[in-house]
Amino acid sequence: MSTKLPERTTAGAPAQTHHMPGRESADRKQVTQGRWASVLLVPTLVLLAVVIIYPVVNAIIMSFQKDAGLNPATGFFEQGGPAGFENYMHWLFQQCNGQSCPPGTLGSQFWNAMGTTFFFTVVTVALETVLGFWMAIIMTRSFRGRSAVRAAVLVPWAIPTAVTAKLWFFIFAFDGIANKLFGTQILWTGSEWPAKWAVVISDVWKTTPFMALLILAGLQLIPDEVYEAAKVDGASAWQRFTQITLPLVKPALMVAILFRTLDALRMFDLPYIMTQGANNTTTLSILVVDQIREGFNSAAALSTITFIVIFLVAFIFVRFLGANAVGAATSSGRK
Amino acid sequence: MAATATLPRAATVPDRRKTFDWSQLRTYVSAAVILVWCLVPAYWMIVTAFRDTAFTFDSTFWPTHVTWDNFATVFDESLGNHFGRNLLNSLIVAGATTIVALVVGVFAAYALARLNFRFKFAVMGFILGASMFPGVALVTPLFQLFTNIGWMGSYQAMIIPDISFTLPLTVYTLTSFFREMPWELEESARIDGCTQGQAFRKIILPLAAPATFTTAILAFIGAWNEFLIASQLSSDATRPVTVAIAYFAGAQPHQEPYTAVMAAGTIVTIPLVILVLVFQRKIVAGLTAGAVK
Amino acid sequence: MNTRKYLLPAAVAGVLALSLSACGGGGGGSTASSGGDAAANLDGRGPITYVQGKDNSNVVRPLVDKWNAAHPDQKVTFKEQSDAADQQHDDLVQHFQGKDANYDVVDVDVIWTAEFAAKGWLQPLKDKTAFDTSAMLPATVKTATYGGTLYAAPQTSDGGLLYYRKDLVPTPPKTWDEMMSMCSIAKQNNMGCYAGQFQKYEGLTVNASEAINSWGGKIVDDSGKAAVNSAEAKAGLGKLVEAFKNGNIPQEAITYKEEDSRTAFQDGKLLFLRNWPYVYNIAGKTDGSSKVADKFGIAPLPGKSGPGASSLGGHNLAMSVYSKNKATALDFMKFMTSEETEKFYATQGSLAPVLGSLYTDPSLTSKLAYLPVLKTSIENAVPRPVTPFYPAVTKAVEDNAYAALKGEKTVDQAVADMQSAIEAAK
Repeated sequence: MSTKLPERTTAGAPAQTHHMPGRESADRKQVTQGRWASVLLVPTLVLLAVVIIYPVVNAIIMSFQKDAGLNPATGFFEQGGPAGFENYMHWLFQQCNGQSCPPGTLGSQFWNAMGTTFFFTVVTVALETVLGFWMAIIMTRSFRGRSAVRAAVLVPWAIPTAVTAKLWFFIFAFDGIANKLFGTQILWTGSEWPAKWAVVISDVWKTTPFMALLILAGLQLIPDEVYEAAKVDGASAWQRFTQITLPLVKPALMVAILFRTLDALRMFDLPYIMTQGANNTTTLSILVVDQIREGFNSAAALSTITFIVIFLVAFIFVRFLGANAVGAATSSGRK
Repeated sequence: MAATATLPRAATVPDRRKTFDWSQLRTYVSAAVILVWCLVPAYWMIVTAFRDTAFTFDSTFWPTHVTWDNFATVFDESLGNHFGRNLLNSLIVAGATTIVALVVGVFAAYALARLNFRFKFAVMGFILGASMFPGVALVTPLFQLFTNIGWMGSYQAMIIPDISFTLPLTVYTLTSFFREMPWELEESARIDGCTQGQAFRKIILPLAAPATFTTAILAFIGAWNEFLIASQLSSDATRPVTVAIAYFAGAQPHQEPYTAVMAAGTIVTIPLVILVLVFQRKIVAGLTAGAVK
Repeated sequence: MNTRKYLLPAAVAGVLALSLSACGGGGGGSTASSGGDAAANLDGRGPITYVQGKDNSNVVRPLVDKWNAAHPDQKVTFKEQSDAADQQHDDLVQHFQGKDANYDVVDVDVIWTAEFAAKGWLQPLKDKTAFDTSAMLPATVKTATYGGTLYAAPQTSDGGLLYYRKDLVPTPPKTWDEMMSMCSIAKQNNMGCYAGQFQKYEGLTVNASEAINSWGGKIVDDSGKAAVNSAEAKAGLGKLVEAFKNGNIPQEAITYKEEDSRTAFQDGKLLFLRNWPYVYNIAGKTDGSSKVADKFGIAPLPGKSGPGASSLGGHNLAMSVYSKNKATALDFMKFMTSEETEKFYATQGSLAPVLGSLYTDPSLTSKLAYLPVLKTSIENAVPRPVTPFYPAVTKAVEDNAYAALKGEKTVDQAVADMQSAIEAAK
């Protein structure tokens, strides 16, 4: 499925051979190279097929099976049989045994989880982009201790998310340092919005460095002369930012945002450890894991939905917002 | 926002220092804010790790009630903590995953960086798409599959799904590194009379080693930090540190052993942080490889 | 070299998986009832394995050694699981699904017994494998019974106790309303009045069920059908909601699990606490860690007009239907629930016995002073819902009770939603 992604983007990036002089010899070279390439690529592609495509196909097959149900006559569980689209209806239209899923069932949480997932994604990615941009700009400046700052931002990135979650859970405990520092008495993990913000803050802490480094790398590719020229032309600082920095850093920025967005859409560790999904912090990934123990097949349908949602978002990014990760990765040399 | 900022090297022009430089001051203040924001929570973890359990919620900024007890608790098997075992498990899973990803991925990366062939875009797209694949979409079918074939809780039950994200990462990063390498040297070496094998051994290998090593670190960190897959597919014997920390047992039942958890977190984190700081430049290059070029 | 080592399993996985999905109907769902044969191996004798969670207080090992010394040809191997209940559950499920003949006798939490029985994994304890439960407390036997058949042997029990500050309240309250009327004492002393466990997790199901059961309500009826939508259940849950609203239960209690509530009580922040017996020794420590060491007492949970209905904790012993040596397994289960063993469990591991007679045994009460009170608690206890859909039922109770405690929905609505959410489990 994911292979469709690049095909849409090829139009903008002409294949390299076309630039080469002597088409014929290049074409022959390409044939031998192509053979070589397939030999070298086969192990990777086969391995990825085994670890990704096989489970996904299996999940899709499972998602059309009913979960084992209790036979009221015997009191024992029995195999479910084909389900058609029942499992998908269960999630998308909240159908539980022909009625609308009541509160207190996993089915009733689907749209909430979807909303929560997108809330986390939009808010964390937006905050991380702005903060990351700011950090990157500071880090391009020249000052004593710059390398210390560049090293320091790697610390949150290197700490495992599970540890990050425990650390912030401790910081946000009722008697914890956050409440003492701000003189508040907030039950951070005890109600909806504080819990959501606690997760957002932890995530921003953990992943802004990654964003900042990607943006920094983009900023460093902008030649100084461009700024000098703009200064000579009398452009203000703000103008230079919006008319030079932003457009030139945009390709790197879009790729960074794409990566972070897709990562945030599958968010699991932080809310799972900090709140166990309570107080409306259940993301789609958490909902799938909760469902696994109540029925595999229904969980398979939900994980398929999750995967399609993420795929659609990636598609929109690549198609309409011009995040060209593939182009960036396959074109050779610096632009 | 002061965009003079974005003049990386121009700012060092010496004569700017003659008058007091407000923009420079702003830079220092901002840098200090970044340092505090990034380091203080981590510092707090370490301070708490060394604090007596009875003073868990002491809010003194510097270390107080210093003790090694929490580290003893972390390894105390009588409390049900098998942290040594967990560390070993993490090493095995992350190590094996990294080796597989590297050994397989290096060929693909070479092909993608050096050879011209059709479907290059499609292949790269597939590999990138794979790296963005949500873990839960693998966990559900694998949970069922591994149960059926009796692999539940084994090392391979974690290594196989971990490959789904380390292998694409490896290929992606290595490809960008390989593209940057001066491959002309290989040809010149052969013109100078080296055999292909010699050229590879003496020129290419030393050049590719740092890139491969950096990629290995990135893949290793990725697998070491993995939580979702391990939380569902590991067993007592194979549980890695991330999951162990999430379910840590304290000295009392029902207790949330904050200080011991912070000690465990410190143990897990310190080696990574040292690794990352030592190879800082390379890692930043690896992280941003591909994304900006 | 290395590639081959790891590629091989991967390739094997692929092939196996493909073949499995081809014949397994897409690998659908959990194993059906047809799994094991309850009539097979009834006379089998030989070595068996006993599976239990982490043996924290070292009670199982000496017992197994003792058994092995007496039965050299029917040796028991002790397989120790992890400390975390969820992980123990998953481990058992995996081995049952794999029809593992080596999980002969397993220790199951009271709330899993019905699920495992309905999946056809547990040997019914009747006829040749009949088990005598007549000396055991009836509530504990109920947790081991599914569809009228006994599927497990009660081994240990646990019930809720009311901890109270005897320096401030000379005689403990017998009813909930009496306790609430004492909350003015808490106010005078600038402390919270009552707390249990109200975080959204299993502990909330325990606390909410206690309120509902104490007022005569039920979560599910004897046949396992949802029966919570009643005036009694609303009255019970309403009492908790009311206490939250008027501050008799402090706001922060909505985040309490066992330890948070214990710490609050121990720090002198609470007048009354509902918790398990384990708190007794910790809160009584005189090393300065507890501010109430000599100032608290225990009593049965207060109810509507007398003792309340505690929820039951504890574990049952069950025999796998796949066991090859069921005769040995049954003997071992009898050994592990004998009076002598139960005494050892109580003294060595502070685990509450299931035999009623032991609660007044002087050799035990001298060590575990809370036993007589706990007996009242367990005698009045109601098991948590005995249903194969326990995860769904507990979620229905938790989610809706939580919403009601936080004032997000009315008690009537919460109870009605609980009812339909339990009904939706199929």
